[in-house]
Amino acid sequence: MSEVAARAVPQGEIADEPIAIEHGMTAEEYASVCEILGRQPTVTEIGMYSVMWSEHCSYKSSRVHLKTLPVEGEAVLQGPGENAGAVDLGDGIAGVFKVESHNHPSYIEPYQGAATGVGGILRDIITMGARPLALLDSLRFGELDSGKNRHLLDGVVGGIAGYGNCMGIPTVGGEICFDPSYDKNPLVNAMCFGIAPADRIVKALADGIGNPVIYVGAKTGRDGIYGVSLLASATFDAEAAEKRPAVQVGDPFTEKVLMEACLEIIEKNLQVGMQDFGGAGLTCATSEMASNSGNGMEIDVALVPRRETGLSPYEVMLSESQERMMLVTTPEKISEVMEIFEKWDLDAVVIGKVTDDGLLRVLDDGVMVAEVPAHSLAEEGPCYSRPYTIADTPAPLNGADVPCEVAPAEVLQTLLRDPNIASKRWVFQQYDQTVRYNTVQRAGGEAAVIWLKEAGSDAAVAMSLDGNPWYSGLDARRGAQLAVAEACRNVACTGARPLGITNCLNFGSPEIEERMGQFAAAVEGMGEACRVLGVPVTGGNVSFYNETVETPILPTPVVGAVGKLDRYDASVRSGFAAAGNTVWMVGAFATSDAGLGGSAYVRNFHDRQIGAPPELDLELEARLQNFLVAAAAEGLMASAKDCSDGGFAVALAEACFAAADAARTDSAQASAPASSLPGMLGANVEIPACEHGVHAALFGEAASRVLVSARGEHATALAALAVRHDVPIAAIGEVTAAAQLTVDVAGETVLGEDVQELYATWSGALAHAMEND
Amino acid sequence: MRVGVVYYPGSNCEQDAVHACHMVGLDTELVWHKRESVDGCDAIILAGGFSYGDHLRCGALAQFSPVMKQVERFAADGHPILGICNGFQILVEMGLLPGALLANDGLKFRCQDTRMMVERTDSPFTNACAEGQILCLNMAHYAGNYFADEATLADIEANAQVVMRFCGPNGERGAEHNPNGSINDIAALRNPAGNVLGLMPHPERTLTSELGSADGLLMFESLRDALTASASAEVAASPEPAEAEAVEAEPVGTSADV
Repeated sequence: MSEVAARAVPQGEIADEPIAIEHGMTAEEYASVCEILGRQPTVTEIGMYSVMWSEHCSYKSSRVHLKTLPVEGEAVLQGPGENAGAVDLGDGIAGVFKVESHNHPSYIEPYQGAATGVGGILRDIITMGARPLALLDSLRFGELDSGKNRHLLDGVVGGIAGYGNCMGIPTVGGEICFDPSYDKNPLVNAMCFGIAPADRIVKALADGIGNPVIYVGAKTGRDGIYGVSLLASATFDAEAAEKRPAVQVGDPFTEKVLMEACLEIIEKNLQVGMQDFGGAGLTCATSEMASNSGNGMEIDVALVPRRETGLSPYEVMLSESQERMMLVTTPEKISEVMEIFEKWDLDAVVIGKVTDDGLLRVLDDGVMVAEVPAHSLAEEGPCYSRPYTIADTPAPLNGADVPCEVAPAEVLQTLLRDPNIASKRWVFQQYDQTVRYNTVQRAGGEAAVIWLKEAGSDAAVAMSLDGNPWYSGLDARRGAQLAVAEACRNVACTGARPLGITNCLNFGSPEIEERMGQFAAAVEGMGEACRVLGVPVTGGNVSFYNETVETPILPTPVVGAVGKLDRYDASVRSGFAAAGNTVWMVGAFATSDAGLGGSAYVRNFHDRQIGAPPELDLELEARLQNFLVAAAAEGLMASAKDCSDGGFAVALAEACFAAADAARTDSAQASAPASSLPGMLGANVEIPACEHGVHAALFGEAASRVLVSARGEHATALAALAVRHDVPIAAIGEVTAAAQLTVDVAGETVLGEDVQELYATWSGALAHAMEND
Repeated sequence: MRVGVVYYPGSNCEQDAVHACHMVGLDTELVWHKRESVDGCDAIILAGGFSYGDHLRCGALAQFSPVMKQVERFAADGHPILGICNGFQILVEMGLLPGALLANDGLKFRCQDTRMMVERTDSPFTNACAEGQILCLNMAHYAGNYFADEATLADIEANAQVVMRFCGPNGERGAEHNPNGSINDIAALRNPAGNVLGLMPHPERTLTSELGSADGLLMFESLRDALTASASAEVAASPEPAEAEAVEAEPVGTSADV
């Protein structure tokens, strides 16, 4: 047969330009499709292009910026481009991790939106051949005086708990912020970490002409059609609720058995490649696998298991029903693969085969309904250099700009009561944090610490997920740098060396120059921070269009850092360990920057959007982190706590009650904490005066500062180590058995508080806010 | 000494139970729910998790798995069975233990450490504990609020079936120390014969102080000691066991020579 012979043309209604525009495409994008195909597409085909070329799948507005991020490093085993990144943890273990957003679905249906967000990130990790070991979540909501926001928080936390707990994967950390900018656009970013044998990372490949393509997992329904194009890639309007059918419904039980079956197949090395059905469903999985291998694929949608009748090929190709995977294997191994799926009572069907023509061909009971180059769907999406404007760098905020008559003790109480700072116990105790019995440090510390016991190792990983949106709101570039610095610093506080980061970039509409400018500046800042701190970006996710009726969210780059500890039983905790230990301030405490811009203190007592975020000396930050890792390795630190939200005074208070808080065993019905918690400690410290005043000294959020406690006999070694690392250090006081927090500034006592009272405020605030209903 | 760890689709604590057994020197065997035999097991653990996704009711569907007929017989024969978390829910659904497990007070999933006092040490799961000893174990569940009607409760107390009760740091009882609302602060419950025990907290997640508390190890040490004691009792009772083994081994050697 010659090339000239008339090719069969797919059957079905032809899509003209208006139909493409209805699918959210532009006239130019439609013209490109016609040019690629050499004809007009069918409606099924235009549906496939619209989802694969959507912002969510194609990164068309962000790609030009993202490619500037550093992605290489000694420890990197897999950079961006696969389902997740991977770093080398030694002993043949790969740490596989990624963070992803599920923002818009969580606003429309908080429980299912968050649950399927967790399900999606888990499948990304499983697809790499890794067993998930831990989940973390970064959440953003409007303020809790609104019943709607309380409903969203309750639903999102319930959804995360419902899915993660049932999967048997502990949720061990993350963070939550509340700001009015998230009122109609909450953020739900879920991160997962798993481990795989370093030499057995699975990729989304469809190698081997004629190899069978298997569909496994849940049946396909109409849920989630247009999830990526309508929900994730467009600005919300007032009719958002009408998009509810585009939100998927999660079934963690099916995902659990799917995970066990897939991991059993990978363990026996029966797969050629694997891909989950994420955004854009079957279209994405088929085109990406074929394209990655330079092959084609032919599938028959009539073979796809369905949970409702009357689904068109178009609907089957675009459905985002959850808990489904695609697997390519060889004819020799297929019976063994099917036996495993049968053991786990899963639907598994061969729906097609790998072909050599580079085309993704979709049949419906033998009749061709779509035929497009796989590569054009997966890789040839549009790429835009959208115009942007970067806002001027704001001037720093001085103490004199924000005079405050409120007594320091009252400010401290207010900050500890602020849900942004208050204990998140109400949230974290709804998550199973201990299943699989690897959790060395649960949520609430600087970073979660997970033992790699299942790999037969004494090593552990520390993980932190951070991103201060107020800093980014004032200066997107420095805000992103601060996010990288804080996530890595938190990891280093446990003694772990940061190896890599994953990012979730949540921004407004890229079609508005100002928002695009925030994005461009943030990516540039993030790249700079990563280069200086030596942590590559191994993958991540961009979420644009986070704005409703022209109210954008604060630009919110979230950074998930992963680091390695050589011994699981040597991690450093954030809470003071014993009375009599010396309290040290380490890092950039002697700078002239007050750290007032964007601080919790200024937000609570002044206009929330003024000044510049804290200055950041990246070189000093790098030295500080190296010092922390070295000090932990030498066993010199009894505790290490980052000074961040709320500044020095809040860090000091939290260090006094962290250990006692972690040991609480009381019941749900005891709304007030036990009057006297065993193990509650105090501190007596003196700090130098600050040119910006006492409030700045206590509550300023100057970056790169860590509150360390150490046993007396380690004082000389600790100070010498800091000098060797060229990091400022000063002994400022001691940990006391009396639960009293005393702070002197330049000889004058400015705080003399009962730690039990501070604890009562801090520990009860969030539960109290949620019980408003 | 071999412990069979039974798991179902949706179980997620079976590896933790295996790890705990290994820490005290017990052999283990993972028993998939479709198996129809538990031969060779000296004790059984029903692992925690979400068997069948908690569909219908927590633990309700697992009782119909093929292996459960054997588990019932195993219980009737007086062998030790430990149900942890979802395993406890399954034991209750099967009727091997009385009462029911309702949604927690507060209607939320709760993961936290919790304290309980050991009241009975004449049990294969607590013989290594001291009477009155307070254990700190981790718990993580949504439906762990133990309930029994008045008559059942009276029987439970009369038969000394409560093995542990939730308490405060000094053993004090009260709502503020009861993490899920269980009636009479019941934390661990056994059958009248004493060989079947269920509890919601996870001793298999409380094995080393580096990860919190090591108190859970006591329950596995108890099981090991109980199995060792009953094995040596059997050896003492059965005549010339060594010879019987040798006779079985003989034909194998012979056929290999041929």
